[in-house]
Amino acid sequence: MEQEISIYRESVGRELFRRFKYNRSAVFGLIILLFMVFCAVAADFIAPNDPYPSPPVLANKLKPGFWSEKGVEGMPLGTDGLGRCVLSRIIYGARVSLTAGFVAVAIAMIVGITFGVFSGYFGGWVDAVIMRIVDIMFAFPALLLAIVIVTIVGQGLDKAMIAIGIVYSPQMARIIRSSVLYIKEMEYIEVQKAIGSSHGRIILRHILPNSIAPVIVYGTLMLATAILDCAALGFLGLGAQPPIPEWGAMLSNSYSFIVSGAWWAATFPGIAILLSVLGLNLLGDGLRDILDPRLKQ
Amino acid sequence: MRWYITKRLLMLIPVLLGASILAFSLIHLAPGDPARTIAGEHASIQTIEKIRIKYGLDQPLIVQYWIWLKQALQGDFGRSIVSNEYVSKEIWDRFPNTVELSLFSMFIAILVGVIAGIISSSRQYSFLDYSFMGIALFGVSMPVFWLGIMLMMIFGVYLRWLPISGRISIMIPFTRITGFYLIDSIITGNWVALISSIRHLILPSLALGTISMATIARVTRSSMLEVLRQDFIRTERAKGLPERLVIYKHAVRNALIPVVTVIGLDFGLLLAGAILTETVFSWPGVGRYVVNAVQMRDYPAVQGCILFFSFIFVIVNLITDIVYVYIDPRIKYK
Repeated sequence: MEQEISIYRESVGRELFRRFKYNRSAVFGLIILLFMVFCAVAADFIAPNDPYPSPPVLANKLKPGFWSEKGVEGMPLGTDGLGRCVLSRIIYGARVSLTAGFVAVAIAMIVGITFGVFSGYFGGWVDAVIMRIVDIMFAFPALLLAIVIVTIVGQGLDKAMIAIGIVYSPQMARIIRSSVLYIKEMEYIEVQKAIGSSHGRIILRHILPNSIAPVIVYGTLMLATAILDCAALGFLGLGAQPPIPEWGAMLSNSYSFIVSGAWWAATFPGIAILLSVLGLNLLGDGLRDILDPRLKQ
Repeated sequence: MRWYITKRLLMLIPVLLGASILAFSLIHLAPGDPARTIAGEHASIQTIEKIRIKYGLDQPLIVQYWIWLKQALQGDFGRSIVSNEYVSKEIWDRFPNTVELSLFSMFIAILVGVIAGIISSSRQYSFLDYSFMGIALFGVSMPVFWLGIMLMMIFGVYLRWLPISGRISIMIPFTRITGFYLIDSIITGNWVALISSIRHLILPSLALGTISMATIARVTRSSMLEVLRQDFIRTERAKGLPERLVIYKHAVRNALIPVVTVIGLDFGLLLAGAILTETVFSWPGVGRYVVNAVQMRDYPAVQGCILFFSFIFVIVNLITDIVYVYIDPRIKYK
């Protein structure tokens, strides 16, 4: 009996893996994501230079990269307005932006799943109250709501992560709620109730594990927008503060230099954002096709 | 139908009430004494006390909320801490610029997005289809502020085709009537101003419209593909109708229904994108105003903007829902 179950589980895993292998966009997205994660983890070893040289070497200010002879040795993507290596800052920026995105999505998941499960499972006035709050939060564009929260709690990277996490939680709550509404009508939940399982046990052991697919899919897609919005807050000067090498803040500190011809300092951080978001979108779309064909657009 | 609209209108009340509570509590949730916050950091104790009484900050919270809400409903959000102007006037002065930017972006996005989507779907798996969808995938992943900077760099700094910031060239005399630069310059027959304001409009609208353009193209394509698989299309092809007529007369009309929803939903994204685009291009709109207000901790201005934005946002959503019911007779409104 024991063995049968384990064989069954393995085959589900294998089937998912097989479907994943043949989904080119998912594989490609995963490769980009893994590359970004690698940069973030190994930044100390692969970055050619110190992202915060102190004191800043102003003599190296706004030097071009490998494409020009005027560049500085060992700074392949040129330098920014304070003479810092753009490539090194982008590599360290992967650490900042990915962490910020992951933390924001984790907050959204914890808050959203908790409220979504309560709302969907218990229904009645609990559901009505939670869903009205969700409606109100949906009355704001996400970025505006994040800006409002930053106004209250103050500026900074940590606060921006919290703000984005809170802003995204209603989306997560709605997704979970609809999936709980569907699952709780299933027969095996009926059985659990009949044999006297507690609400907590039913939720933790039966409802949550079965609603994991949309959480993974939307969590991945949410991570993409979280990275974008974090960069947007950084760009507006409300998120990461200098000298943190955050991609959005890097863009905002260097885009005024394009008028004087120094295009590289603003171009490359943007490409880094674009690539990570693209990778996550590809992976998310692919996972949606693999894990839950019903969600296919 | 009338009942449906009434019900949707009634549902707006709790949502807007919630938004107003959020806007109101902003100043009380922020650290520090609200009276001091409004008065500014260097105000004297007398001024702070005066403000406390003027804004009713010595009253219980619920009374304060009521006073504030009554004023806000009359369009009075108080005066800006920074400029000492009425916030409502400042928002109202900037609003036409944001409207022009958003509508122009949406126009470009719908035009290009729908056409690209139709072409892609009618030649599925062709080179054109792959390139359009590839571009669209990049489009949805693009940070709007970065795209703005890139457009600015290429078309403004290197090619020098278009101006990179502001609403109109400051050298041009301009008479303000409605606040909409395009309309005002046409009314006054000021063609130089019209051309200048259109030239200033192009790059920001392109930057802002790209994400919506990409989403619209993707949705149009998938919706078209679904329609093209249906029986009535096969019947039309079988009876020998030219492919052009099949696609443009019959398929497109049915395929555009989900596209309308996406356009409505995208208006929210557009508002958020406007905040970023206006910052990049120094566009004198409400988006840039709210960013400045937050940076300066100009609370009355932030409160006014929150209410204003949420109001616009729910109204746009409402219009989308109503339009949706009108164009899709299959939807039953209870």
